[in-house]
Amino acid sequence: MSVEGTGRTVRCLVAKVGLDGHDRGAHVIARAFRDAGFEVVYSGLHRAPEEIVQAAVQEDVDVLGISILSGAHNTLVPKVIDGLKEYGAFEDTLILVGGIIPEDDVTELKALGVAEVFGPGTPMSETIEFVRNNAPERE
Amino acid sequence: MTGPDANEGTGSTRRRTGPADRTADLRDDDADLLESLLSGDHRALARVITRIEEREPGYRGLVSALYDHTGGADVIGVTGAPGAGKSTLVDKLAAAYRDRGDTVGVVAVDPSSPYSGGAVLGDRIRMASNVGDMDVFFRSMSARGQLGGLSMATADAVKALDAFGKDVVLIETVGAGQNEVDVVRTADTVAVLVQPGSGDDVQTLKAGILEIGDVFVVNKADVDGAERALAELEEMVHRREGSTATPGAAGHHGPHGGGGAPNVAADSDAPNVAADSDAPDAAADSDASNDAEWTPEVLGTVAETGEGVAELIDAFDAHATHLRESGDLARTRRRRYAEEIRTLVRADVGTLATEAIDRRGGIQTLADRVRRKEADPYGVAAEIVDPIAACLEDRDDPNGDRERADE
Repeated sequence: MSVEGTGRTVRCLVAKVGLDGHDRGAHVIARAFRDAGFEVVYSGLHRAPEEIVQAAVQEDVDVLGISILSGAHNTLVPKVIDGLKEYGAFEDTLILVGGIIPEDDVTELKALGVAEVFGPGTPMSETIEFVRNNAPERE
Repeated sequence: MTGPDANEGTGSTRRRTGPADRTADLRDDDADLLESLLSGDHRALARVITRIEEREPGYRGLVSALYDHTGGADVIGVTGAPGAGKSTLVDKLAAAYRDRGDTVGVVAVDPSSPYSGGAVLGDRIRMASNVGDMDVFFRSMSARGQLGGLSMATADAVKALDAFGKDVVLIETVGAGQNEVDVVRTADTVAVLVQPGSGDDVQTLKAGILEIGDVFVVNKADVDGAERALAELEEMVHRREGSTATPGAAGHHGPHGGGGAPNVAADSDAPNVAADSDAPDAAADSDASNDAEWTPEVLGTVAETGEGVAELIDAFDAHATHLRESGDLARTRRRRYAEEIRTLVRADVGTLATEAIDRRGGIQTLADRVRRKEADPYGVAAEIVDPIAACLEDRDDPNGDRERADE
């Protein structure tokens, strides 16, 4: 039973950006989130940053999980974040990145506004717990 | 803490926290949100739909305020079996509408898990033709297990898109059960998608979807069996319309010649005026304007390539014109508003009853009394409902003085 008092359904967008066909991880996350009671919008493969922004704004998600295994995170993630800012959606969206991200880049992404980066081997429960504890509150 | 009540959605616990918020007044901060929506702020539109979906306190005021700004959009429902190609077709339809300068809203409904309440909403995957085009506003919604609530939430979300100024709003849903049928019935025009090569689809149609289709679409019309599916549908459509129907070249045919059309009034919603089609004029609000029945069109499309999409849009336009000219629009809308009022009243009275149950210690306590043979279900129900009924008798006088009733 939910303890955060709001009882609102957590909405997530699980997004694959750029030229990266590895979607197993995204699928696993999407299903785990569903089983945790979240509503998950899945973007599908090969999405441009603008599409991710469009989806995040229109679907009014609380959580945006970007899965990147192509190594292009330093180019793609800032574009998504800029787009969210343009539509006033950056402040109350919890941005997560999943994939293989070098330590230095993690620091950089977090400075940009990514809340957390989850690498390979992260237990699913940890990610779900993180979302539960950090999903933005709305008045 | 009481156990979950069958009448409540599993997705939200808000309703349980106190007396339900039934006020239809617009709050101050919601007025700002509405203002932003009307001025074309996408984020505000998204927020309003979330509030509608969540049934957040104050949402009713918001929806009430939306009503003043609605009526401009053509609302089209697209339904069909899983895999029939609904999402792909909706994507292509949206692109085609955009090409002719219309703005588009899409509400895609997916089922949610009855176990966790969670859902994976995948309809968005097919939205490939409208990359980054914010004038296609696509919103995924899940069923969230609310009884009758889904069609209500969908209808309200459509109102938000309508008020925002969308020219066309598409509702996409799996045609699997009563819930989905209710959802798609909130549209003015309903397209039922069928894929060729399986008798099962025709079986699905028999199970009630046939009655709701204004346009039947055999998607994947380039594969084997498409011709046959088209022919079968044509036959069904004409059986439905009675033997006097002519294959709808222009989409509708002339007045029924008085009697002799035994099936005309077979649809439960059709007013029972089939026999006299000589109403003086087809006044928009008249039940007697049933003189030009719509014969559902049967079309083939290949959503993947966009083949047949232009013809499909023509069919939608023809149906919209028919609705306006025949007076069916008034009838459709009246039926829909009647359903909305009924759904709302039932839900609210149900909430009152739930609150009454909670005041008596909750449903488990009451059930235990029955189990211990201290009471029986009928007695308990009467105990709960009698005070409500007594209040109604005292205060509910629709024709009386409102001031008095409000005391």
